[in-house]
Amino acid sequence: MFGNFDFQAIVRGWHALIFEGLAFTLEVTFLAMIGGTILGTVFAMMRLSSTKPLAWFAGAYVNLLRSVPLVMVIFWFYFMAPYIGAWIIGAERPVQVGAFASALITFILFEACYYCEIMRAGIQSIPAGQANAGYALGFSYWQLMRLVILPQAFRNMLPVLLTQTIVLFQDVSLVYIISLPDFVTIASKIAQRDNRLVEMYLFVAVVYFALCLALSYVVRRLRARLTIIR
Amino acid sequence: MEKDEKTGEKAPPMILLDKVGKFYGNFRVLSECSTQVAKGEVVVVCGPSGSGKSTLIKCVNGLEPFQEGEILVNGVSVGAASTDLPKLRSHVGMVFQNFELFPHMTILENLTIAQTKVIKRDKAEAEQRAAELLHRVGLHIHATRYPGQLSGGQQQRVAIARALAMDPICMLFDEPTSALDPEMISEVLDVMTELAQDGMTMMCVTHEMGFAKRVAHRVAFIDQGQIVEDVSKDEFFDHPRSERAAQFLSRILHH
Repeated sequence: MFGNFDFQAIVRGWHALIFEGLAFTLEVTFLAMIGGTILGTVFAMMRLSSTKPLAWFAGAYVNLLRSVPLVMVIFWFYFMAPYIGAWIIGAERPVQVGAFASALITFILFEACYYCEIMRAGIQSIPAGQANAGYALGFSYWQLMRLVILPQAFRNMLPVLLTQTIVLFQDVSLVYIISLPDFVTIASKIAQRDNRLVEMYLFVAVVYFALCLALSYVVRRLRARLTIIR
Repeated sequence: MEKDEKTGEKAPPMILLDKVGKFYGNFRVLSECSTQVAKGEVVVVCGPSGSGKSTLIKCVNGLEPFQEGEILVNGVSVGAASTDLPKLRSHVGMVFQNFELFPHMTILENLTIAQTKVIKRDKAEAEQRAAELLHRVGLHIHATRYPGQLSGGQQQRVAIARALAMDPICMLFDEPTSALDPEMISEVLDVMTELAQDGMTMMCVTHEMGFAKRVAHRVAFIDQGQIVEDVSKDEFFDHPRSERAAQFLSRILHH
């Protein structure tokens, strides 16, 4: 069966696959991880806030977005963003958001929900005594969060945050539906052009597998190291 | 006492509790708790577990809100909405049962972080003050270690040094030896004794009656959220007036 395989398509498309497709995927993954973690941490603090409207808003946001399939969020956001943008700045015509920005914002907003729940667990795992000790020294809420609680929460949750990032890395492939030039989209274009679908998708799967496996290995190592310190 | 609020430092007691009451929902935790700690005085607060003594001491620097009465620290009302609590707390040292050192920072960083971030000392000055205090509690060789690498007794001494680094006007101790192994209790009590002898104003929640006998000026006995007895040390140990205090003493001193 493998006798008919022609992996020349991969060799020919090598440059575009790696330096355009995979690079795009990794770039979106990386930036969405950073943005999602920051936004998620803000949401986590809001959810744990004693100010009811803040907690309610963050809770509603997280629960809403987690109940909608990511494909739908990408789809909706891609088409709605220009109009929402126009509405926010009060422009007459839809704002040109651009494919990359649209995808990035979507993933940040979506992944923030998951990062939020992770950071919330992380913050709650820090004993209340730590907050008391910080306050007793005269820290404000923001100083307490920045200097005492979040560094510990972040450190404790780093393995889980990275595991979520592996999921995000795979999720980025869903931009296929809006034809953004990610790894899968470029691979599929080359595959259709050269009529080598099986080989190309096999290649894509192997690359995803290898990268995810490597990353989860890193997570395992990290988990072992962090538990010793704590 | 309200009149002294404006003039601040002239208020005679360093810590004044006036009919403090606190609820958790409908459950009353503290009722009509009144006592005071003069400048340079050491007051030990004791009582059975669940009597509200930890809650009471946490009210003093506003870590626990209270609904009734008033607490003045150096003339500043703790409960008033206009009070700058972080500023007030930065002058009031507190030591906790579980040490609560920051595990992600070295011992030195634990001692300097609040100095640089809260009272804006420059780094060199803060580190010098930290080094002095680590020397004083005998732990300067551990400055670059992390709290997890120290024993409980050592951690609690670091916690005391951390509070002292802010040059507090008074110190609150919330069962500082309750989480320690027996052989480590004395090293912490020694530091506290030395501190008391240096004239620090101290309010200590503790079960260490030996420490109370040695350094306390007064003892406040609290039971079921009420200060049942608030007398001089000798009077408390020799002639406890209330039956509950007598019972408590006979139980705690027997072993």
